[in-house]
Parts: sequence; structure tokens; C-alpha cells
Amino acid sequence: MSNPLLANVVTPEVLWWALIPVILLSAGGMLLLTVASVVRRLSDVVPQAWTVVTGLAVLVASVPMWNEVRSGGPRSYLGGMVAVDGSTVLVTAMLAAAVVATALLARPYLAREDLPGVELYVLLMLSAAGGVVMASADDLIVLFLGLEILSIAVYVLAALHLRRIESQEAALKYFVLGAFASAFLLYGMALLYGATGSTRLALIAEHLSSVVLLDDGMLLAGIALLLVGLAFKVAAVPFHAWTPDVYQGAPSPVVAWMAAGVKAAGFAAMVRVLVVALGTHASDWSPAVAVLAGLSVVVGASVAVLQTDVRRMLAYSSIAHAGFLLLGVQAADARGTAAVYAYLVVYTLLATGSFAVLTVMGGPGDSAHSLDDYRGLARRRPALAGAFTILLLGQAGVPFTGGFVAKLGVLAAAVEGRGYWVAGVAMLAAAIAAFVYLRILVAMYLEDGYLEDAGDTGDTGDTGDAEGTGDTGVPLGARVVIGVSCVSVLAIGIVPGPLMDLARDAVPVLVGG
Amino acid sequence: MVVTTSWYLALGAVLFSLGAVGLLTRRNPLIMFMCVELMLNAVNLTFVSLGAELGDLGGQLSVFFVLVVAAAEVVVGLGIIVAIMRRRQGATADDLSVLGG
Repeated sequence: MSNPLLANVVTPEVLWWALIPVILLSAGGMLLLTVASVVRRLSDVVPQAWTVVTGLAVLVASVPMWNEVRSGGPRSYLGGMVAVDGSTVLVTAMLAAAVVATALLARPYLAREDLPGVELYVLLMLSAAGGVVMASADDLIVLFLGLEILSIAVYVLAALHLRRIESQEAALKYFVLGAFASAFLLYGMALLYGATGSTRLALIAEHLSSVVLLDDGMLLAGIALLLVGLAFKVAAVPFHAWTPDVYQGAPSPVVAWMAAGVKAAGFAAMVRVLVVALGTHASDWSPAVAVLAGLSVVVGASVAVLQTDVRRMLAYSSIAHAGFLLLGVQAADARGTAAVYAYLVVYTLLATGSFAVLTVMGGPGDSAHSLDDYRGLARRRPALAGAFTILLLGQAGVPFTGGFVAKLGVLAAAVEGRGYWVAGVAMLAAAIAAFVYLRILVAMYLEDGYLEDAGDTGDTGDTGDAEGTGDTGVPLGARVVIGVSCVSVLAIGIVPGPLMDLARDAVPVLVGG
Repeated sequence: MVVTTSWYLALGAVLFSLGAVGLLTRRNPLIMFMCVELMLNAVNLTFVSLGAELGDLGGQLSVFFVLVVAAAEVVVGLGIIVAIMRRRQGATADDLSVLGG
């Protein structure tokens, strides 16, 4: 049966091996959803194990993918819509690791909060699939689709705690501002399309390098709107207002995913669009990114000082981290991009580890997050306090932790790219941020827990309950996550070479003409 | 008077701005959703008129993707609204102020 109309149809080339992560994650998520809605009494171990296995499978699959990209070079496929290069594989591996970590944290959390279990895992895998699509997008519309697959799932994840009004409030805020940001991003894409005649990154770059635009108003407006949308997604000042509220309200394991996975995917997209596709017009967007970076590090670090809720502190510190990452982006060269990827790897580890500690500390109702709850932690739970110390020192960028290596990388890239003032501002802000982490450390080590004091005076109200939960052990999953992140942060700090090589090989390149 | 592409682009810009301003000033969550829709449809108009101007199908093709995404977004958004309204009748965005520090 040969249809003459179909004779001329050329089917685009599909690199199935490069699609494995997306297929595994989305099929894994949908299969779990189907099974869970058919099987009545599903043990809560099954969805967790399924998610962990899927995440690990993606992690394992990324090794041969990495080798294939190293030997065969980056490629574009599906008609130039999707690409695979070093950055794609690296971000995919980071997202897979974050999925595994979040799934490990989720089960004890869901059991503690008495929440139904399957949705979190399904949405987690689907949102990770969106993140992978973002990291491999070679076309603006594909990028937008990936972003929305990622974001829409995370909106629901934020609202997952049915009995906490804070969780739903966080979800609504995240949703409204996220949709607002998406609209800006999309408008930027439309104007970019109008200015260059294509939504494909390779064709945009080709057009911009070969044609001198006489009237580049539409292009500049497009870049500006695109930048606003991306800055919202990665929580850069002044588009950060949602971050502290969402981090405070959303369930703690979900926050771990937001901080690690969503930020990694957001920066992967930002680097791809700005540095790779619009690299020829770096002089237009680089100063704006530098301003965003400077504002983010300063506001993130200094407002964090004023917080009394540890989750809000870490939210503002994640804004400061976004500023440091932007520092590498504004350098707009291979060195800056490599520094961004190295920073992302370290930040993913630090964020998952820190929010794992917060998940454990949250206690029933996920509400024990004030600085007072951390007083005297070193005496009550020395191992947990010790691990949190390593993670906080890492976030502060103390030498011999991965945080130092990461910060040094982006600062060096900024100085190299003649961004002296913004590098100076960032160093100053790093000192302020160190004070924030020090405050938590002082509370944990030097101050007596008010819980013991309350016990002594015979006041056995709700503080007695809190003390009771303080003695329960750390769940195994959280132990694994915290342990692995602490060890890797220290390992990267002592032997930074392999990460640097990895990041250098992961610099995205333009493929597909 | 000839209606050129730039008229449509200007209309798109006006609609987008109306949506953005509405989202920032209105307090009813449902109206905020409508403003998001207005913004996305302003982008659609821009895509279509630019595609017609360039003689390229890509612009019109993009609109389908945006429409699907917008529909999915609204489904999720309404779900969140319903979950909040169940707990608080007639809540507006100003009533949601549990979070903060």
C-alpha cells in the first residue's frame, strides 16, 4: 500500500539512545500512575522503589550517553528540534540524582504527615522529564514545552500537603507568578522569532551572525522579555519575590527538588539560549545579567540575615546562589559556562543535602523550622548537626568544601570577562552570607536548646511533644541523601580536578543548521 | 488606511500589557487566571502575525503548543483554587498571607 502522498515525506532522524532519559522518566511516571489507580492496596514502598529505580536507570544510562557524545560529538536530531551534547547529559544526570534523593526523602515524610503517596512520585518523574527536555532543547518552542512540563508538575507538588493551608498558598503564589513568567518568556520567544525568522536556536544564531539588523528594536525587546522570564524561573532579584514564600510553604522534600532540580534545568535553559544562541549579541544581554547577578547576591545574602525561619534563610541563600550562577553566565564564554555547570553540580548536592536535613527537622506538621528549633541541636543530635555543619560551610564557600571550588570558578570567570565590579560585589556578599550560615551554626552548637530548659521548669506543653520527636531517629533514606551529599561536597572540595574536567567537557555547543 | 502587521503587533503588545497589569492589580484569583490567559493569547496573536509577515508556518504552529500548554496550566490552577476555596470561602489573594517572615 504505497500512498503517493507519503512518498515525499521525509521522517526526521531520531537518536533513540539520546531520548532514553525522557522515555524512562515519562513512561515510568505514567506506568506508576496507571498501576496505582488499578491496584487497590499498593504498599507505599512500591512507588518509592519504582521512582528510585527509574532515577538510577537514567543515571546509569547517562554514562554511555556521555561517552557517545564525547566520541561522536554533539548532535541535533528530530529535525533540529532536540540536541544532545555534554551539557544535556550532565544536567540529565543531575536531575536523575535529584529525583532519587527526593524520592528517598519523600516516603518517611509522607508517612509522617499521613499523606497519600503515589502522586508525589508520579509528578516528580514527569517534572524531571520536563527538565531533561529543557536541557536538550534546540528550539525555543521545545524549550517552552519542557519548561511547562517541569513547572506544571511542580505547581501541583507544592500544593501536595492537603492539610496545610501554607502549602496551598505557596502553590497558588508559585502558580500565578510562574504563569506570569512563562508568558513573558513566551512573548520574548515570539519577538525573537519575529526578529530572526526562526525558533530554532541554530538558525537564530546563524541569522544573527550573518545578518546585520538595521532596526534591532524587536530583537532587543525579545531578549529583554526572555531574560525577565528566565530570571523569574531561576529566582534572580528583582524577580525573586515568590521564592521565600514557596520554600516556606511547600512540602520539604518538594523544596529539595525545587532547589536542586528546577534551578539546574532553569540554568541549563538560560545558558543554552543566551550563551549558545544569542552569543553574538552578548554585549546586549551581558550587562543586564551582571546587574541581576549583583542584585541577587546582595539582596539574597542580606535579607537572609533578617530571617528567623531556617527555610526562609535557605530560600534567600538560594537566591544568592542564583546570583553567583548568573555571575558565570554574564561572562558569556566557555570558561564562564563551565564554571556555571561546576557550580550547579555542587549546588545540587548542597541543596538536596540541606533540605534533607530540613525535612528531618521539620517534625510532624512540617512546621518546626524556626531558628529556635535548631538551638542545642549539636547536643541532641550530634550526627545531624555535624552533617548540617558541613553542608552550611559548603554553602558559605569555605575552603576544602565543594562550595569554595564552585565560587572560585564563577568569580575567576567573571574577573576574566572583565566583570570586576560585579565580582567585587559578589565577594562582599559572600562574606555577608557567611554570617547567615554562622548564625545557624552558633544556634546549633553554642546555644542551649530551649527544649531542655522548658523540660527543667516542668513545662510539659507542646514543647514536650517537640522534645519527644527530637529523639526519633533519622529515616534511612534521609541518612543516605545527607551522607552522600556531605561526602561528595567534601570530596569535590579536596579533589576538584575531575569536576572541573567534567564541567569543561559539558560546555554546550551549537548544533544543527 | 491599510492595516499592516505592525497594527497586529501593537494590539498584541497592548493586550499583553493589559494582562500583565491586571494580574498585578486584581485580587480575585480567577480574574488573575483570566489575565494570564490574556497574556498568552496576546503572544499567540504576535506569533501568528509574525508568521504571516515572514511567510513561515512556524509561527502558526507555535500557537497550537501554546494553546495546549495554556489549557493544562488552567486545569492545574483551577485545581489549586478549588482546594483553597474548600477551606476558605470567598478567599482573595489578599487573604492568603499565612506565609511571611
